[in-house]
Amino acid sequence: MTKLSTKHLLGIKNITSEDIHLIFQTADNFKEVINRPIKKVPSLRDITIANIFFENSTRTKLSFELAEKRLSADVINFSASSSSVKKGETLVDTVNNILAMKVDMVVMRHPNPGACMHLARHVNCSIVNAGDGAHEHPTQALLDAYSLREKLGDLTGKKVLIVGDILHSRVALSNIFCLQKLGAEVRVCGPATLLPKHIESLGVKVMLNLKEALRWCDVANMLRIQLERQDIQYFPSLREYTMQYGLSSKLLKEIGRDDIIIMHPGPINRGVEITTDIADGKQSIILEQVENGVAVRMAVLYLLAGQTKSAL
Amino acid sequence: MKSPCESEGIFFASDALHLKEIFDPFFLKILNISRKVQSNFTPIFALSMEGKTLLTNTALNYTLDRLAFEVYEQHIDFSNLAFISIQPRGLPLGKRIVEKLSILVPDQKILHGALDVTFYRDDFRRREEVLVPSATELDFSVEGKEIILIDDVLFTGRTVRSAMDALLDFGRPKHVELLVLIDRRFSRELPVQPDYTGSMVDVVKAERVKVEWTDDNTNNRVILFSSDQ
Repeated sequence: MTKLSTKHLLGIKNITSEDIHLIFQTADNFKEVINRPIKKVPSLRDITIANIFFENSTRTKLSFELAEKRLSADVINFSASSSSVKKGETLVDTVNNILAMKVDMVVMRHPNPGACMHLARHVNCSIVNAGDGAHEHPTQALLDAYSLREKLGDLTGKKVLIVGDILHSRVALSNIFCLQKLGAEVRVCGPATLLPKHIESLGVKVMLNLKEALRWCDVANMLRIQLERQDIQYFPSLREYTMQYGLSSKLLKEIGRDDIIIMHPGPINRGVEITTDIADGKQSIILEQVENGVAVRMAVLYLLAGQTKSAL
Repeated sequence: MKSPCESEGIFFASDALHLKEIFDPFFLKILNISRKVQSNFTPIFALSMEGKTLLTNTALNYTLDRLAFEVYEQHIDFSNLAFISIQPRGLPLGKRIVEKLSILVPDQKILHGALDVTFYRDDFRRREEVLVPSATELDFSVEGKEIILIDDVLFTGRTVRSAMDALLDFGRPKHVELLVLIDRRFSRELPVQPDYTGSMVDVVKAERVKVEWTDDNTNNRVILFSSDQ
């Protein structure tokens, strides 16, 4: 098995567990590369990649850009705020115009769920989803699972808890698919208003009490409250949310579980979903997640690019 | 004593004994007679389904001994020298050469690393499948060192080209040499020549030469496969 089963990375739902293992295996090598004095390899030197971001991003955009540059790809960046999208151009037209300038791959973030899927049907190039609305964020899920695998080894039977705003979170959905494909057991925890109605149909158990949930899990992935996506009030106040679902070292000590691995996809709202001492504590793998992000994205781009034949 | 290569009926120009046989007509005559008598003689192109053995375990062991001595002859002092095996197939060869040398110079520490060249290859996006990389393990600096690159079979020279690119990303070695077990002559696509050669073979492009290693060194061998195998 030396080939991904797909031409695009649109979501974790459409890839197999073999694909995930292949990505991890390749990421191991890239992790070694980015720790060298010269952190660059010439693999993608004949490829041009467009990073199209219709939504704000720091981490993901930087991470993708670094991954592309360390593979020696040519990179062009495009953000919707300074483009003709404002003049009324459609998504497919915008991307086709970019492709007409001989671009080989597109990394796209878009506020609408399914935007990448739509694009994949209408344009002729490899597309990597860097987050589409509240749908999926596959590379984040891959780097989360990769960081966990580094810490825990095989994920089969491991218990992972996802806490927070599940309803608006693409990270939660991708993480659920990814961890389940790797054999881990996933549960979600959060205020009932922020849990999708049919989440249990994915084989995910819902827990409403954070203390109980923490007693059960090996890993807690704390999600950010996405206030920018919330058009109505889902809970009375941030203070009340923190009291019910915020993670603090006091809480962990109280239940005697200070061995739980703490993850966060970023950006962190310190003092809301997670306190500073936990975020910077020794169980936290938040910065490892960021480091691994570059290696995992290099692996994804390398494997996808390797499947497209050179035009020569 | 009869050389094991001879019993297989193959010439290796690099083998000193055989050089003599090739250029001495009297010797050649004797050899021709002895070939006729040999019952197990099979010409190089008569390939069985399992492939033709080019080097048996004993012959391969002699070759490894000679390679180790050749390296020793050129580099008496190993303090500034490092062996770097090209992953994945150069690694078992490198291990054995280093083992042999550590018997020759027991008081010297011999550096040995592994270099993966997958990301430096020039056939990326030109083959059907993506190559899965192996691990690079270089726990020493290559800056200013004398490096001997090791690979099992030298064919087009493209792997060695990418290995040099990969190596130079780790620093500036003083001097780089190339050691190969099998040199497939006349098939080079790039101007690359080895400094230490185990055996030279002349085979057509479609054929494959494979080196097999066993952990206990009891059944190491070099096999030639025809194109359809």
